Amino acid sequence: MNWVWIGDNLGLIGGRILEHLALTAPPIVIGLVLSIPLGYAASRSRVARSILLSLGGILYTIPSIALLVLVPVILNLAILNPLNLVFALSIYAVAIMVRSAADAFASVPRDVVASAAATGFSGRQRFFEVELPLAIPVLLAGIRVVSVSTVSIASVGALIGIDQLGSFFTDAFQRSFLTEAIVGVVAILLLAALYDIVLSRIGRALMPWNRKQSAVMASPKVSTVPLGGSL
Amino acid sequence: MIEFCGVSKTYPDGTHAVQDFSLSIPARQITVLVGSSGSGKTTLMRMINRMVEPTSGSIEIDGQDISKAEPVQLRRGIGYVMQNAGLLPHRKVIDNIATVPRLTGVPKSQARTRALELMDTVGLDRALAERYPSQLSGGQQQRVGVARGLAVDPNILLMDEPFSAVDPIVRDELQQEVLRLQSELAKTIVFVSHDIDEAFLLGDQVIVLAQGGEIVQQGTPEEILANPASDFVATFIGADRGKRRLSVSQTQARGDDRVLVDAGGYPVGVIAAPEGRLAVSSASPKSRSVSNKTDQAGDA
Repeated sequence: MNWVWIGDNLGLIGGRILEHLALTAPPIVIGLVLSIPLGYAASRSRVARSILLSLGGILYTIPSIALLVLVPVILNLAILNPLNLVFALSIYAVAIMVRSAADAFASVPRDVVASAAATGFSGRQRFFEVELPLAIPVLLAGIRVVSVSTVSIASVGALIGIDQLGSFFTDAFQRSFLTEAIVGVVAILLLAALYDIVLSRIGRALMPWNRKQSAVMASPKVSTVPLGGSL
Repeated sequence: MIEFCGVSKTYPDGTHAVQDFSLSIPARQITVLVGSSGSGKTTLMRMINRMVEPTSGSIEIDGQDISKAEPVQLRRGIGYVMQNAGLLPHRKVIDNIATVPRLTGVPKSQARTRALELMDTVGLDRALAERYPSQLSGGQQQRVGVARGLAVDPNILLMDEPFSAVDPIVRDELQQEVLRLQSELAKTIVFVSHDIDEAFLLGDQVIVLAQGGEIVQQGTPEEILANPASDFVATFIGADRGKRRLSVSQTQARGDDRVLVDAGGYPVGVIAAPEGRLAVSSASPKSRSVSNKTDQAGDA
């Protein structure tokens, strides 16, 4: 462990953490926003569910390096444009999140929705005022998985020359310099933990009814998805 | 007044939930639809607010065909109380009660003030207003459900087995509460139940339903009890088991105690027990409502 190198390169490390943050936040948000209508559709119809979930599964199995080579061709962007990485990460985010969103809307108690309909909620009001808020616990569990997986997969961007924490791995490999690799791993872990903490805080703030009920209920178990499984 | 004219409901799989059902439900009275599962009672009730659409036939409220009404608007004008209260778990008690007025555009502060008044009406402590439904007991939740049903001051209140999931003591309390509210508010209440005792206690008019929404008997509780129209009704109200045939028994009690037993030997009440704890003279609200009914029957 070369502490002197770390001390000399604090600026570089900080900069790459920020780069990594800037590249991963948009795909997480896009994944959430897109998965809500898709997941809702999947929760409403058996056919839509099987199509959308299979599609999500297929997209998630595309090797990330292959996707990163394909995306610039599809979007007609320069190969070094960071938007390529954002686009690819968004695809993975939606692919994972669609299943969580479908489960989230399926988890809303049917009798509550029926009672909302019977008391005069219109379809739109039912969605925004009843189904969406009650889907938050499962949506939150899903987005926490997505955030960790996005932070991890983003490091592949180094292979196509997009600078972020993954660049420490390529540098370490080329220079046989272990310290850089360790710095990259630790920084990625810390960033993933940061996302997780921030997201669970947001969830707590959004669900006062859960908080009052019991503190334990507020932190739903995160299901296990193989992280960076497509690396 | 709610009028069912030749209403049928057939589901796509071919089951006939209701066949050619006609009934007139009088205004400002409690009508109880009672029957076992499969009798179509809940289906019939849900047709009134268009949660279920009839396959044929028509339903009119005060002469207006409801199939011409916009379902969302129709539902906002009809109170609905369901089993397990059906409250929104993510909204506070006060906001649950204020739900429908808020949907119709009543300002928040005004809706909340009205909600607090309704909590008094249904016997809920105002201190519970800021709690979430999961923090209340089953009986309290059900009271919130009733308050929510009354929030827009509807003429019609639909009650779909509202008390079947609470324990017997709380159920008794809630039933008495319904009778008290009805004596003050005089709504047109349609009440669905599978419990004949509940039907007899609450109903001004009781409709006994068999499979497929067939009306096997309709009338006041007294009429049905005294003259069951068929063996089916007799079985349903427990007459065939001797549940309704009462006699005074001294053999089962000590000294001057006199208790009432049914034909099966089941002790159902006390007539005299000088040293007992049961108050004999005080009349329950129900005994008043029974005498009211007899008056009405006499007038008609």
